[in-house]
Amino acid sequence: MKSKETSKKSVKKNYNRQLYAMLVLPVIYLVLFCYKPMLGVVIAFKKFNIFAGMWESQWVGLQHFKEAFASSVFWNALKNTLILNLGDIILGFPIPIILAILLNELNSSYIKKLTQVVLYLPNFLSWVIISGIVIQLCSAGGLINNIFQGLGGSTIDFLGSPFKWRLVYWFAGIWQGAGYSLIIYLAALSGTDPSLGEAAYIDGAARMKRILHVTVPQIRGTITIMLIMQMGKIVSIGFERPYMLGNTLVKDVSEVISTYVYSVGLQSARFDFATAIGLFQSVVGIALILFVNAIAKRLGEEGII
Amino acid sequence: MHEMNNLKNRMFQIVLGVLFVLVTVITLVPILRVISMSFSSKGAILSGKVFIYPVEFTLQAYERVLINGSFIRSFLYTIVLTLGSTFICMVMTILAAYPLSKKNLKGGGILMTLFVLTMYFNPGTIPTYLNIKELGLIDTVWALIVPGALSAYNMIIMMTSFASIDQSLFEAAYIDGCTEVKTLIKIAIPLTGSTIAALSLFYAVGRWNGVSDVLYYINSSKLYTVQMVLKQMIESIAISLVEGSTTNLVADNIKSASIVVSMLPMLIAYPFIQRYFTKGIMLGALKG
Repeated sequence: MKSKETSKKSVKKNYNRQLYAMLVLPVIYLVLFCYKPMLGVVIAFKKFNIFAGMWESQWVGLQHFKEAFASSVFWNALKNTLILNLGDIILGFPIPIILAILLNELNSSYIKKLTQVVLYLPNFLSWVIISGIVIQLCSAGGLINNIFQGLGGSTIDFLGSPFKWRLVYWFAGIWQGAGYSLIIYLAALSGTDPSLGEAAYIDGAARMKRILHVTVPQIRGTITIMLIMQMGKIVSIGFERPYMLGNTLVKDVSEVISTYVYSVGLQSARFDFATAIGLFQSVVGIALILFVNAIAKRLGEEGII
Repeated sequence: MHEMNNLKNRMFQIVLGVLFVLVTVITLVPILRVISMSFSSKGAILSGKVFIYPVEFTLQAYERVLINGSFIRSFLYTIVLTLGSTFICMVMTILAAYPLSKKNLKGGGILMTLFVLTMYFNPGTIPTYLNIKELGLIDTVWALIVPGALSAYNMIIMMTSFASIDQSLFEAAYIDGCTEVKTLIKIAIPLTGSTIAALSLFYAVGRWNGVSDVLYYINSSKLYTVQMVLKQMIESIAISLVEGSTTNLVADNIKSASIVVSMLPMLIAYPFIQRYFTKGIMLGALKG
């Protein structure tokens, strides 16, 4: 009896050994590609000499940060990052919510399905493809200008003037991303209790009232989480969207932190300075996420952390 | 009164239906437009006749794209790269997710924390670049595969899926003398097929569409993915736009054809993968 017990244990141990063996590659990956490069941020405080390596390079303290904070290019990139992200929140954030609420009112399941499938499609296109399409649509001889001209208007330079370029950037973002958020909100709505709305209907509540007092509260939690995630990311910005949509005419408004890091760090090989800018962005970003998370919890919503 | 309400409701439904049909049409116009330009003659495009259907139908642009050896080569190369990279990513994800889905694995909690932290802290563009350089991966195909081989986010989705399998199935397998490796292959993987399909698609779409890592890590044009080749083509237009000249270096119909060819895999796969993706988003949203 006892020997059977121990053999069972050793078998279990053997099995556990197999589990640990499976973890070998993922752990190596974690160390080599996630945590080891994190040590590399030390060069933000050093004068990086590529021949000496990051450990032998000389410490310079906060010199790179001081240089960045004194540089108008850096502040401009930060400002552009904030403006483009704020526009995404103001213009882009409400649209999927409105679409989801309206779609939820629609009885035709065919149109419901069609809308979801079509709106989700641009999410699968790369920013290279989207920028190709957008440039064709918005250029002087493009579709949008053709329509304006047909209506008797004059040609509009969308891609070359700073404010209009921002509009193009924001609307391209809505086109690409609204379907994804729409599906999340619709799922949140389908998870809610339809009898609530029906009860309100029998009570004779007007449609608008019913939406405001029954539907919206049901997805309030999801809206809050989506909003704090976006607010928390307001200093960080993807690389491909501004890089691909931008051009030299609008560089003053299209240069953001990520593209600045690329041009300073990889194109001009100022690794140390670019690392300092990246580090500044991450630190502010993490602080912001913690901050908005705390606010969300204070408001009685579930946070993300 | 009741009939009034009914009529109002009917009107509302019709207005809403029309509105959403309009929304879908507007969303599709940019895609239809680029497709119709690719099938139209150069002259028709220049005179602004092309809307969302081809004018003076011709396959000329596609002939030009297909004759262009470097475009086709990079297209095929990107397909192989995407398939290979997706396979490696999936193997890595399962290798991490399966052991971590076992609640009583010693050290599993710590490892899990280390994975979760990578979602909030990343080293940044430059330290990542220097690391890849140090490992000797610059300008090799591995720079496009290995750094993204395991996403903590996807790993957690996979892990949740493994953990939701009825535990008695595992116990039965152990009693039958199955090892963990065998249990993973015979039970866990077949039972999580739809999650594996969804995650594979996440990885594949990411690899097919990604261009920043090619830009950062690849110098030789024979390792350029199709998106990178397309990017250069589009940029040649952007330059001519900036210089204010009307002569495009690459004609609009050829550029359109290239765009269509490079989004073709997504367009063909989309109807089939769309439901898996929806499932994937839901898994992610539930977790969030």
